Amino acid sequence: MSRRPISVSIDRLRGKRPDAGTARRLPGDERSCPRCQSHFRADEIDRNCYVCAVCDYHFPMTARQRLDHLADDGTWQEIAGELRASDPLRFVDLQPYTERVRSAEAKGATEAITSASLAIQGQPCVVAAMDFGFLGGSMGSVVGERFARAAEEAVAQGVPLISITASGGARMQEGVLALMQMAKTIVALDELGDAGLPFVMVLAHPTTGGVWASFASLGDVTYAEPGALIAFSGPRVIEQTTREKLPADFGMAERQLEHGHVDAVVDRRELPARLGRLLAIFARPAHDEAQSLASQLAQNGSERAARVAQALPGLSRRLRGRPGAEDLNPHPADDA
Amino acid sequence: MSTSTSSSGRGGRFVRRIADRLHHTETATGDVWDAIQLARHQDRPYPLDYIARLMPEFEELHGDRLKGDDPAIVAGIGRYHGAPLAVIGQQKGRDAQDRAYRNFGMSSPEGYRKGMRLMDMCERLNIPLVTLIDTPGAFPGADAEERGQGGAIARSMMMMLRLPVPTVAVVIGEGSSGGALALGVADRVVMLENATYSVISPEGASAILWRDAGKAKLAAAAFKPTAANCYRWGVADAVVPEPEGGAHVEYDEAARLLDGYLSRTIRELQALPHTERRRQRRERFRRLGAVREVTGT
Repeated sequence: MSRRPISVSIDRLRGKRPDAGTARRLPGDERSCPRCQSHFRADEIDRNCYVCAVCDYHFPMTARQRLDHLADDGTWQEIAGELRASDPLRFVDLQPYTERVRSAEAKGATEAITSASLAIQGQPCVVAAMDFGFLGGSMGSVVGERFARAAEEAVAQGVPLISITASGGARMQEGVLALMQMAKTIVALDELGDAGLPFVMVLAHPTTGGVWASFASLGDVTYAEPGALIAFSGPRVIEQTTREKLPADFGMAERQLEHGHVDAVVDRRELPARLGRLLAIFARPAHDEAQSLASQLAQNGSERAARVAQALPGLSRRLRGRPGAEDLNPHPADDA
Repeated sequence: MSTSTSSSGRGGRFVRRIADRLHHTETATGDVWDAIQLARHQDRPYPLDYIARLMPEFEELHGDRLKGDDPAIVAGIGRYHGAPLAVIGQQKGRDAQDRAYRNFGMSSPEGYRKGMRLMDMCERLNIPLVTLIDTPGAFPGADAEERGQGGAIARSMMMMLRLPVPTVAVVIGEGSSGGALALGVADRVVMLENATYSVISPEGASAILWRDAGKAKLAAAAFKPTAANCYRWGVADAVVPEPEGGAHVEYDEAARLLDGYLSRTIRELQALPHTERRRQRRERFRRLGAVREVTGT
């Protein structure tokens, strides 16, 4: 493969969404940017958060890479990692579903989402990160279940939930059960909301279909990565159905910001700092937390109180780590 | 899988009869395709046909109070067995002009927001809600995207999940994609005998999975989106029988059969405290799916 000299006009590239699949794999662990054709060594790309150092193109990332990059010291604990796809419909299109799953698994990931508990800039949280490389990041039963378990773990620990999406939508090969995962993620967010915990969304390229039409639309705060396609119906479906000619920047993060569907477009390299700052803003002073706990527990018998009680061990763990928290620990007996 | 509502009366026997037919639908492409044709039959009753028969006193509401009105979704309140009932339904058109007016039953964000307006009223005034689902999917259009199609569907699901009042979702025709599920997060989800419920229409799946628009029949056979299968998977809580030959043959009888199920089910749901209804509703959707657990790593 010949090496072309690098010559890029950034302006000309704006608004053009390169197909990630065209990123060429070069011999000797090198990758080329699909937008500006610049060449990088794998470790260079990794150090730059999988962003092109020349044109700022955001390369696709696996869920594991996401978590490694976000987590303090790169350490995170996976949640519900033991779950794998099954084949409830015994589905066959051009290829049996089980074969599709097997070859996706062979590439290293166990499913299209990885949930983990970790800390970002000192702020404890739970992150559910999607992986477009696993069957197009499609949401089947495992994705729905791992997302729900992530939310439940966030409730148990009393920490915020963050999700990073990269998905074509519901996983067709699981039929109507895949559709039902949309509702399952809504149930999970409802429980998170009842526990008074924030949900932060990071929309990566692409976030479409049933993922955008369920949890990905419901962030308390919603960031999008530059150039990410965010849509319910993809451009091809729209053009086929309505014969509309779509603008080149249809559904792109920057346009979604204009239309009021996201809060900010955030460069991936700034993500840990932005998320860390946001989580710090959401964090309650220890005495507020204890007070709101006490008042919520006072509404005896309510759903909310039951949920808060469930969250107590995690919450008191967090409280113990703060100055003056011993006096306010609402559950002094909970020392085990 | 839930069997909570279908064990009594005619519905229960019917479900078993359908379950017996399951072996055929597993293998016979034709049977699934027949169900899809019936679900989309041009004479099949639509929400306004059922409403006219179940609730002679009905006030249709229009507009989302933000931008516009979506004719693909009808919403309103009526008198049902001596009490108020709210209905949100997806309405297709029957002739060419009506079909275009109703946008072929493809809902827009304004339609879901009109629905949410009604849900808000149900909550404040303690009125039960019935949704009638029949759509090939939410409308795919650039302007619908800009007006927040994805968010409207997500918020509609969330609002329905949180409603303190009894809710029943009935798939009366074709329930396809998130556009259908937006109105489907209810205490009870029930399908008419010849209705279908799927992640995508067979045509859409054909184009995407087979990369060939002509493989809809194959796609239908792979999805098996029949009422009997959805019941087996726990997606539907009950199957409501249709008149011999399908609901389009005899509207009054189709409405009567639906009435029997609805009136009984709303009464059952009203007997539960609202916190318990919400708990069960959450639990119902929390457990749907099929996963495998591996041990070790």
